[in-house]
Amino acid sequence: MEKTRTYLGVEIKRPRTAFFELSSCEGCQLQILNKEASLLDFLDLLEIVNFREAMSGGSNDYEIAFVEGSVTRADEEERLLQIRKQAKTLVALGSCACFGGVNQLKNRFNDLEWVKKEVYGDHPIETQEVRPLSDFVTVDLSIYGCPVKKEEVEEIVTNLVLGKSIDHPRYPVCMECTANGNICLFSLGEPCLGPITRAGCDAWCPNNRMGCWGCRGPADEANLSQLQEIMDSHSIPRQAMLDRLECFGGFTSAIKKMNK
Amino acid sequence: MGELLNCDIKINHLSRVEGHGNIRIHIKNGQVEKASWDVVETPRFFEAILVGKHWENAPVLCGRICGICSIGHTLASIRATEQAFGMVPSRQTERLRLLLKHMETLQSHILHLYFLVAPDFLGADSVLELIKPHGDEIQRAARLKLLANDGGDLVGGRRLHPTRTVVGGFTMLPDRVKLATLRQRLYAALPDLNKTADLFASFAIPDFTRETEFVSLKSEGSYPFIGGQLISTDGVLKEEEEYLAMSNEYMVGHSTSKWSKLSRPSLAVGALARVNNNFTTLHPLAQDIAGQLGLQPVNHNPFMNTIAQLVECAHVVQDSIFLIDELLGSDWQETRQPVTPRAGSGTGAVEVPRGILYHWYQFDEDGRITKADCVIPTSQNNANIHYDIIALARKLAEEGRADHEIRLLAEMLVRAYDPCISCSVH
Repeated sequence: MEKTRTYLGVEIKRPRTAFFELSSCEGCQLQILNKEASLLDFLDLLEIVNFREAMSGGSNDYEIAFVEGSVTRADEEERLLQIRKQAKTLVALGSCACFGGVNQLKNRFNDLEWVKKEVYGDHPIETQEVRPLSDFVTVDLSIYGCPVKKEEVEEIVTNLVLGKSIDHPRYPVCMECTANGNICLFSLGEPCLGPITRAGCDAWCPNNRMGCWGCRGPADEANLSQLQEIMDSHSIPRQAMLDRLECFGGFTSAIKKMNK
Repeated sequence: MGELLNCDIKINHLSRVEGHGNIRIHIKNGQVEKASWDVVETPRFFEAILVGKHWENAPVLCGRICGICSIGHTLASIRATEQAFGMVPSRQTERLRLLLKHMETLQSHILHLYFLVAPDFLGADSVLELIKPHGDEIQRAARLKLLANDGGDLVGGRRLHPTRTVVGGFTMLPDRVKLATLRQRLYAALPDLNKTADLFASFAIPDFTRETEFVSLKSEGSYPFIGGQLISTDGVLKEEEEYLAMSNEYMVGHSTSKWSKLSRPSLAVGALARVNNNFTTLHPLAQDIAGQLGLQPVNHNPFMNTIAQLVECAHVVQDSIFLIDELLGSDWQETRQPVTPRAGSGTGAVEVPRGILYHWYQFDEDGRITKADCVIPTSQNNANIHYDIIALARKLAEEGRADHEIRLLAEMLVRAYDPCISCSVH
């Protein structure tokens, strides 16, 4: 008999959980297998019934579905709708699922025929404009990041299993970075989206002296024009800011607003 | 005389591999009517995405081609860019990049050996089922994988989609005390690798050979990982910039991945190709493990790729110890050199866990990408996997094997290549 898990005297059920991937690098699922020291405890929280990258013989009877990747072909749209039908809770795992991720950079050409030709020449190939999950189905929970941070996944999943509410930080990466006592990257002449990007990663990139690329999307009240002023005052090329803003798709609507 | 074999195997979205591929085997009256390996992964169009992007985007974007070998993609991207701009990395940068590369190789190989391959030999669907009956082995796998990932974090800033690796060098250098600790942990991992060798020596590796052409980097005194000449077991030798003549990509109808060929209808890259081409430059301990597990060059059994990976684990752990000794033997030099973009093109060939990877970019005078090409190890292997499946199906049909055996062996064959399918389509 397996031991019963309890929290504050209340029995906790291990939810039947499935992992799926659409167009992606599958790195976010790989992150689930990382952090080896606490991996077994983490796996103990969930009853994993479908995880193709790691197991054979998956089941389609599950309550929670983690979906990595963005939708880029009709069959993926269909798979996503099927998953939504089955899952009580659908979790968008990582930036591709949440915003389209780096995949959505192909949308910026507004010319799918050129995109196809550039890679496949005249060979016929099927693709469509890259879309996040929320364009097709209701997403119950988003886990941001490229890649997702395992510590954050553990915390979110624990709260999910316990039935606690899940709140993402509303403040920007800049606050975490400052709290960590890092040298401000602007003073080193490096572009950084830390002042406008949603926190929760503990300033993963700036801690390693790489400016933030905005993979977690905008913080509340992200002020793009103020960021532009800061970058200008440090003589950082505008192109560098734009490259970062468009990289993961999280700022698409913010850019549109700014351009209005 | 028994009945002639009939079977129809369709495996959609094969499990315990990265990405989406299907196996189809149809045998009628003992004859293989159809056998194929079909890649159905969605393309992400990275070569198009890169067009118009400033050079500093390339490593950040290209690392995202693959969640398992992001370090390798990042390093190939950096090398292609540095070659185009006429930059030569400092010895310190070179050593640190190689150490980082070794951590990825170890991490990826251990993941493949224990999490993806071992369940087949131990009769399980996944590593999850092995936790209880094989606790010691799984703890060992977790220990080795953690070590490699910690090393990746220490040198690259992050194990997956590294943060410190840039054109010109690194944004930050590793803490020297932590580097010394990593060295101790690597040394302490050697018994774990020997036990891993014992475990795999106890598995019955399927007996199947199909002669093929193995392509890899050529060693220049040491076992090759980053840059250099390209070599094949059929005697082809090319410069790094001539990668197109080595990979010869073309399209087939049933696959979204491109295929490759050289002197034969297909070729193989990966750990087995590297070991076959560069056996003598492997560390002696790695050669010992190869001997123990019956791997001698040139070996044409694709199932032995897993064993070649194990041999490479021993090599990279030993070599990492040497690299750290060298790095700690002198003071830190400059972290990163300045970058001056110029118009031109450059190639970066890097041996990633699944085989040789090429990135090629063309830049305008502002350092913007005007054209890009990425040739992925698994795409070079896909044709070889396909022809192997046909040959394996014929052999098993002749032997009159049962349906479930054919199915399992076909799955194991594909897994032995450790395919990274989403990467191959990118």
